[in-house]
Amino acid sequence: MPINRRKFIDALLSLGGLGGLVAIVYPAFSFLKPPKSAEGTVNSVKAGIASEFPANSSKIIKFGRKPVILIKIENNEFRAFSATCTHLDCIVQYRTDTKQITCACHNGIYDLKGRNVSGPPPRPLDEYSVKVVQDEIIITTETG
Amino acid sequence: MLKNSFSKIESWLDERYNLNPVRNLLYHKKVPTHKHSFWYYMGGITLFLFCVQVLTGIMLLIYYKPGEDSAYESVRFIVTEVRFGWLIRNVHSWSANLMIFFAFVHMFSAFFTKAFKKPRELTWVTGFILLLLAMAFGFSGYLLPWNELAFFATKVGTDIVGVLPFIGEDLREILRGSEDVTGATLTRFFGIHVAVLPLIFNVFLIIHLLFVQRQGMHEPEHFQKLSEEKKKFIPFFPNFALRDALLWLIVFNILIFLALFFPWDLGLKADPFTPAPQGIKPEWYFMFMFQTLKYIPSHILFIEGEVLGIFIFFIAGLIWMLVPFIKFKERAKAKIQPLTLIGILIVAFIVLMTILTYLGL
Repeated sequence: MPINRRKFIDALLSLGGLGGLVAIVYPAFSFLKPPKSAEGTVNSVKAGIASEFPANSSKIIKFGRKPVILIKIENNEFRAFSATCTHLDCIVQYRTDTKQITCACHNGIYDLKGRNVSGPPPRPLDEYSVKVVQDEIIITTETG
Repeated sequence: MLKNSFSKIESWLDERYNLNPVRNLLYHKKVPTHKHSFWYYMGGITLFLFCVQVLTGIMLLIYYKPGEDSAYESVRFIVTEVRFGWLIRNVHSWSANLMIFFAFVHMFSAFFTKAFKKPRELTWVTGFILLLLAMAFGFSGYLLPWNELAFFATKVGTDIVGVLPFIGEDLREILRGSEDVTGATLTRFFGIHVAVLPLIFNVFLIIHLLFVQRQGMHEPEHFQKLSEEKKKFIPFFPNFALRDALLWLIVFNILIFLALFFPWDLGLKADPFTPAPQGIKPEWYFMFMFQTLKYIPSHILFIEGEVLGIFIFFIAGLIWMLVPFIKFKERAKAKIQPLTLIGILIVAFIVLMTILTYLGL
């Protein structure tokens, strides 16, 4: 099929138009995506004095920009988990009466090993390791 | 004297712009009167409340400061320090809720009187889009005081977006402005609430009103069947307009009553490092969806429950929007037409789910 001048110009203009559109849409879309902030990766945080931490209680700790729930269970053992509910991102709490970790948003319940036992959470909470060095509580990532 | 100068201005304008369409509206537009005429006023009330929203919203803008460290403080400043600030904020919040309520009533009344049918398909579509935009207004405005309840409701609401396949994660990040709900989210929601949504909303509102104006009021079937001499009408101006104005006055009084006696609690400032308090819930018009998602198990076959729920709501919404284009067979013998039955079931579902949430089930 011979290409006449009109068709050639049409094709050229369409291609140019499409390119122009992409040149507008791509930067606009990229602008909307927030840049990755350069955050130093945190591998461990100090979380206070072990002997001053009452048994059967909890505290939310800032682990970099993530919340971590630190619990001292009744035998004085410390446990730490990501405090972000695996269901829809709410912050969980430790219930001293039922001795469970619960999420008030949709009644998700985890046991003291972070396992999802009831309600909508699909996965267990990520666990952090806790060490006590010279009476100071230190939380580290499992790998860290 | 005054009349004379008014008619001089009128003829000056008429010579240049042809004022016939305005005259037609004022002197010739008629509104049918029948047993369902009451529902004609619902759209007008919604429009009135939208105007209240625009005015009080602009007033709040004078003092509101978006930002993690200033949003909550500025709203507290508005309600405690600024003279009548508490009133303006309460009117804004109440009017928002009433506006969505009347938009729902308007939509369902148009549905049950079959006003969406040919030739008003696009009036229905633009109206439904306006309702969705109004709900987006509500969702984005809810976060602006940066209090605990709104913070977690926004966390949940935006996290739900993330479960969508392929685009979910990106979309969530674009909405939040970061991985989590932070000050960046607040800035974005503020921009969406005061600039993006008003722009889009007004475009659709103008189109919606132009359609209504161009086609006139819908006449329900039983009215259409009447002989010409039995059909009763009232002039749009001044009869209908004055009744409209009277209803607006009544709604305005209800609004002020609610704002005075049922003020909106500001609550505690949002803190990303405290556990979610009991009673996290979205605004009432999202409740039926929120409650349904709660009942869907975490996995159905290989699909995540939430993905399935959102997918079902998306499809249902799409069908609802396109309902004027779907052919339903009318059953001559049936007491209730199938389409009416579907409408009743939908209303019942929404009401039931909303009540269940408030009962805490």
